[in-house]
Amino acid sequence: MEGIEKLLKEHPFFEGIDAADLATIAGCGANVRFEVGEFICREGEEANCFYAIRAGRVALELSAGNGDIVIQTLDQNDIFGWSWLIPPYRWAFDARAVEVVRAVRFDCSCLRAKCDGDPRMGYDFMKRFAKVIVDRLEAMRLQILDMYGKPTVGV
Amino acid sequence: MESQLLESEQTSLADPMATRPFRVAKNQREIDGTHTIELRPADGDGFRFAPGQFTMMYAFGIGEVPISISGDPARAGTLEQTIRSVGAVSAALCKVRRDDTVGIRGPFGTPWPVVPAVGNDVMLIAGGIGLAPLRPAIYHLLRNRARYGKISILYGTRQPADILFRSELESWRGRFDLEVLVTVDSAGRDWRAPVGPVTTLIPRAAVREGIAMVCGPEIMMRFTVQTLLDRGFDADQIFLSMERNMKCGIGFCGHCQMGPAFVCKDGPVFAYPDIEKLMRVRGI
Ligand SMILES: Cc1cc2nc3c(=O)[nH]c(=O)nc-3n(C[C@H](O)[C@H](O)[C@H](O)COP(=O)(O)OP(=O)(O)OC[C@H]3O[C@@H](n4cnc5c(N)ncnc54)[C@H](O)[C@@H]3O)c2cc1C
Ligand code: FES
Repeated sequence: MEGIEKLLKEHPFFEGIDAADLATIAGCGANVRFEVGEFICREGEEANCFYAIRAGRVALELSAGNGDIVIQTLDQNDIFGWSWLIPPYRWAFDARAVEVVRAVRFDCSCLRAKCDGDPRMGYDFMKRFAKVIVDRLEAMRLQILDMYGKPTVGV
Repeated sequence: MESQLLESEQTSLADPMATRPFRVAKNQREIDGTHTIELRPADGDGFRFAPGQFTMMYAFGIGEVPISISGDPARAGTLEQTIRSVGAVSAALCKVRRDDTVGIRGPFGTPWPVVPAVGNDVMLIAGGIGLAPLRPAIYHLLRNRARYGKISILYGTRQPADILFRSELESWRGRFDLEVLVTVDSAGRDWRAPVGPVTTLIPRAAVREGIAMVCGPEIMMRFTVQTLLDRGFDADQIFLSMERNMKCGIGFCGHCQMGPAFVCKDGPVFAYPDIEKLMRVRGI
């Protein structure tokens, strides 16, 4: 487990985290690797994990009838997957490795149990996740504005 | 010497209201609806400008619009302008042919801070057609590469087909002394580069401090500035190029007024603290 703990220490998501909490969370993590083109999750499947990306690029895709659209990419030092937080715990998109991806995968049944058992740690963990979600939503808002299509003020 | 030249370009016209005829040497389609026009002064005299400046381009019989200069400031005598067709005048300018005549006033406006940036790391952040006004600054930085620290160019646009100056971006990316990161808002599966707004590139860039030059839609610039400030850039080291409707281009008519500032004369390139409050006022 010490290996996972060391990897997590290097990931910005866990920056400043209490050492004991990190050890607890690391207990739910496992090192994983995905080859180029491999699907990490598929839309509609049960979401029982999230990933801390250590290297490589992940494309989040939606099938749009006339082909698959990449709606976002995530890279080294990003976190992906928050579907495990909210019932019915299903992935809302496909995720595919665009490059070889190395990540730590967290088993969320394990994590939920630990957060329930230690609400202080759970709260700290949720605050970190809330930041990821807010950043992602802000990014999405800019993307759907189609801001390069038309001027927004003045002109 | 060079810095004096760059700072004094703004006052190069004797009569700033007089339109000077320029001959079209080339009309190059860049992407759908966007063309770069290469012009030479019909009178044979030179044309000099500083990166960031614009001209008032007159399509005879149709109208006059402000357009940033997108060419290399070291190519004296050649004027390149990249125009997106959005209305009557810009559409007419996109259709000009070799040997047609276009009226030009200028160059006008404040330059990108390529002189104060000497010795510093520089981040250039462009969105959509906003890469065109930044291109002269990129040419200048590359021509004087040894005088600057790290350079990162971050570019965001709507989709891969809308990437402006694509082959140039690719060749810049091939250099070892420059970082080029490109992102799009959405893409098909064959796109292997980042997808997301340009702000998401900022934390990944090699440049972490120094001078930032930003050009793109105003909303993109607002979010970009916020991300730069969050990353520790000093507010007075962030420069933005603003757009407003213009008529005279030289501070007479008030058309381009933005609070107390005239975009044509006090801008278009502003240090962020000079326009911070105005950027948050709706409808200015
Ligand atoms: C300092 C400065 C530098 C500029 N540099 C460039 C440049 O390098 N290249 C360039 O293409 N444009 C540039 N512009 C914008 C350009 O001046 C306008 O697109 C132009 O004035 C539109 O005139 P028009 O007669 O073609 O369209 P209009 O008839 O004035 O407008 C037609 C429609 O297009 C919309 N529109 C107007 N301006 C824009 C715009 N900027 N973007 C998208 N839609 C618009 C209007 O809301 C309207 O719906 C710059 C503006 C300023 C102030
Ligand atoms: S365009 Fe006339 S004052 Fe700026």
